[in-house]
Amino acid sequence: MSEALTTETALEDKVATEAAPNPSQDRPRSLWSDAWRDLRRNPVFVVSGLLILLLLVIAAVPSLFTSVDPKFADLAHHYLKPPNYSHIGQADWFGYDGQGRSVYSRVLYGARASIIVGVCTTFGVAVLGALVGMFAGYYGGWLDSLLSRLTDVFFGVPLLLGAIVILNAFTHRTVWSVVVAMVLLGWTQIARVMRGSVITVKQQDFVQAARALGAGTGRILFRHILPNAVAPVIVVSTIALGGYIATEATLSYLGIGLPPSAVSWGNDISSGQTVIRTAPHVLFFPSAMLSITVLAFIMLGDAVRDALDPKLR
Amino acid sequence: MAELSKNDEPQVATPNVSDVEIVDAHSDEEAVRAIEAPVERGEPILQVRGLKKHFPLTQGILFKKQIGAVKAVDGISFDLYQGETLGIVGESGCGKSTVAKLLMNLERATAGEIFYKGQDITKLSGRALKAVRRNIQMVFQDPYTSLNPRMTVGDIIGEPFDIHSEVAPKGDRRRRVQELLDVVGLNPEYINRYPHQFSGGQRQRIGIARGLALNPEIIICDEPVSALDVSVQAQVINLMERLQNEFNLSYLFIAHDLSIVRHISDRVGVMYLGAMAEIGTDEQIYDHPTHPYTQALLSAVPVPDPEAREHRDRIILTGDVPSPANPPSGCRFRTRCWKAQDKCAQEIPLLAVPERFKGEDTPAAHESACHFAEERDVVHAA
Amino acid sequence: MTIIEDTSPAPAGADSFSGPLLDVRDLHVEFRTRDGVVRAVNGVNYDVSAGETLAVLGESGSGKSVTAQAIMGILDMPPAVIPQGEIRFRGQDMLKMSADERRRIRGSRIAMIFQDALSSLNPVLSVGYQLGEMFRVHKGMSKKEAKAKSIELMDRVKIPAAAARVNDYPHQFSGGMRQRIMIAMALALEPDLIIADEPTTALDVTVQAQVMDLLAELQREYNMGLILITHDLGVVADVADKIAVMYAGRIVEQAPVHELYKRPAHPYTRGLLDSIPRLDQKGQELYAIKGLPPNLLRIPTGCAFNPRCPKAQDICTQQVPDLLSVTERDGGELPGRSSACHFWKETLHG
Repeated sequence: MSEALTTETALEDKVATEAAPNPSQDRPRSLWSDAWRDLRRNPVFVVSGLLILLLLVIAAVPSLFTSVDPKFADLAHHYLKPPNYSHIGQADWFGYDGQGRSVYSRVLYGARASIIVGVCTTFGVAVLGALVGMFAGYYGGWLDSLLSRLTDVFFGVPLLLGAIVILNAFTHRTVWSVVVAMVLLGWTQIARVMRGSVITVKQQDFVQAARALGAGTGRILFRHILPNAVAPVIVVSTIALGGYIATEATLSYLGIGLPPSAVSWGNDISSGQTVIRTAPHVLFFPSAMLSITVLAFIMLGDAVRDALDPKLR
Repeated sequence: MAELSKNDEPQVATPNVSDVEIVDAHSDEEAVRAIEAPVERGEPILQVRGLKKHFPLTQGILFKKQIGAVKAVDGISFDLYQGETLGIVGESGCGKSTVAKLLMNLERATAGEIFYKGQDITKLSGRALKAVRRNIQMVFQDPYTSLNPRMTVGDIIGEPFDIHSEVAPKGDRRRRVQELLDVVGLNPEYINRYPHQFSGGQRQRIGIARGLALNPEIIICDEPVSALDVSVQAQVINLMERLQNEFNLSYLFIAHDLSIVRHISDRVGVMYLGAMAEIGTDEQIYDHPTHPYTQALLSAVPVPDPEAREHRDRIILTGDVPSPANPPSGCRFRTRCWKAQDKCAQEIPLLAVPERFKGEDTPAAHESACHFAEERDVVHAA
Repeated sequence: MTIIEDTSPAPAGADSFSGPLLDVRDLHVEFRTRDGVVRAVNGVNYDVSAGETLAVLGESGSGKSVTAQAIMGILDMPPAVIPQGEIRFRGQDMLKMSADERRRIRGSRIAMIFQDALSSLNPVLSVGYQLGEMFRVHKGMSKKEAKAKSIELMDRVKIPAAAARVNDYPHQFSGGMRQRIMIAMALALEPDLIIADEPTTALDVTVQAQVMDLLAELQREYNMGLILITHDLGVVADVADKIAVMYAGRIVEQAPVHELYKRPAHPYTRGLLDSIPRLDQKGQELYAIKGLPPNLLRIPTGCAFNPRCPKAQDICTQQVPDLLSVTERDGGELPGRSSACHFWKETLHG
């Protein structure tokens, strides 16, 4: 009787829950495969993904989209506004800047430097900050004290001042030296966010449960804590991406970023600021590209964060 | 299983605690062999001796200075026998959950030993510790936080196999996970679902399946049903009892609900402020309690029967549990005890069969840490 | 206090009203969420008189707390909606009152005690200040008077050395003492009705008994109505006069406390009583109500309990049973007893 009762209870349980929403139960699934399946169906992800792909292609091979040299200057075109019907050609679409260079071409060629700075800085900052934050939050104790004080020290350095010091150490300044400088100065915010979120997650029972099973530190950190702690880092990072591109412009404007001869959105935005009343298009087009890029990455970040949370499916 | 706890030779102070046969392992291999040796039903499998856990209280940020300690567990000893359920009851802050963490090696003991088949697990490391981990598993209290929300049920229950890859070959794991789901009464097709898609009771079943995966010998249950609804509690308790018979498990069942502990346990230990107040078979503790704290605790349990209630002996304690950072001298319970005298403040009562009951064949003759132990039935209507 | 003074704090018009203090009629509450409409309360009827204790018993999701929040007017609306029903306090429907009128009743006429005393108290203000605030805001007392009143109240709820502890902060009190402070706050304005939502669930058994006793004593002293919301069959047995058992947003059984335990008239109540282990004897295998509590997004048709009920027949899946009075086998009256089961006769007498 008693056995029958239990089995009945058990069977009833199976019946009581509603049928699985997805009938494809054949293959074992994981968070990442489920997230990917989910992302592919998410229009936000598809749109932002395609946009980012296009931007990457532009950054890699701008010559696919224009045959005009971004550095070719013809003072006859000095601040010529678009659309200019006297010359129909792709060089005219976005007008010309003060030195008579094609804004269209400059926007395309400038993508490379700006996207490298934006994406690589974000990536570097996220990885460095997340690692520091994760170790500080997970191990606690003296390591946490040490890393937190280190974070505070870096956090206290003013960005521009710090960047001037670091960039002056480079004799040949390239995109990469700008990236290194900004990563060194920017990781602290992510580290703080990550530390807080790791401390919250590590107190939860499932981390204890994994430890009780004999799981090693690596497994606990990367399988249990990281996926549950990474969401705020994704949000903060993608929002910060636009800021990095803008900071690069400021640095270049101050003469410590990219050399003035380099083609970048940042350089063009800072030179366009001075003529906003007379020739707004010089500022408008690189700024618009920057905004679209930032928006695409924020949308991507949002979609990824949601996909990594099974509760939102 | 009453005979298990009745140790015929009254030993020094704690006759309920049997001799530890210490296995001297000189290498990892020897230790692992000792750990994997089977234990007869009714033999001690886990022996805890003088276990202490003090959490230091510190002051200062950079240069920390210890200003005291919270004595969460302050010298407890007990045995767990193969195949039995030992219940540990006590109020919040009595240290019962810390005991669970110490047994699971999730916290480092300040002092004392935990012998698992004669091996002190507080001193093990490497392969031997891993072998112990495989054999002692845990079921957690809160089914909402004890399962990783970002892992599928298949991954959660399969994780033990990833960590202890020798238990199941890779190709076999999915089948094993589905078998486990079936054993705990869940549909094996749920393998790709996430924890939030289940109710509390179902989640606790998932937690139990994870605990069973490695075929452990001991399961430590820390308040496994207290977060569940009444109607679901009974299902989970029945499941746990069925699994105990099926897989020959020993349970250490930690809970604050005295009725549930009585239902599931063969023996019961009552903890107060980090120490064991009284320990004995369920009949000895519930029907013949001799420690005043046990009596007060039992009498305070609300009984769902208004008529029985009116005739029950009620003891309402005054005051609150003192801070474990600064426990009272002598008997820890004396500040709330109606029997307390000067002796109680000066002498710490030992956990032993009280003098007056020694040698007598009465259920009151079980270990109780009170200078003035006497029997008082508070559970049954007068 | 002189004899001439009217000690009962009854508002104008109170004397003219004779009837239950609080009367809830056919109350419905829904939550409109992203996933659909969660029907949390589906037609609840109950009443409480002065000096009476009604226990509302139910598991999580039964709607017991939502009903209480609707009475207090502290539901978040939206997402909550009250599509129909009446909540009459001294004969007046509170759902028809203006926000201002309701606010005046809340706190002074009806007070609430929550489960988690620590999060209900502001951690950065002293306990005395928070107690005194009630008097300063509602009664316009001076700081000094309010403090004296606070100490008096803390004495009332048996907090030792009240005068010395009045300036302490919530974290300096133990769980049981904090719950006493919550009770003191609820009592401050001498309300007519107190709603206690799981007041002792977070406390240890030995402290639980103290707090429950205190609550019952104060209720008698002030002749208040008390609604005690709980999931614990044991706690209820102690202090309640009558019990309403809730399941899936509906009352399935109502009875005077002794009768409910002796002879339940609804299979759910019977199942609950059978499924708790006994303290005074070692039981056999526990009876377990099969299945799971209902999903409020998809409440089963007919009787909500039918998928889990051992007595369920076809009619149970088709027709919602009304909460009707039950009688003895010979037709003799059972005052105050009702059950919402098609087969109450079999359950009660079987």
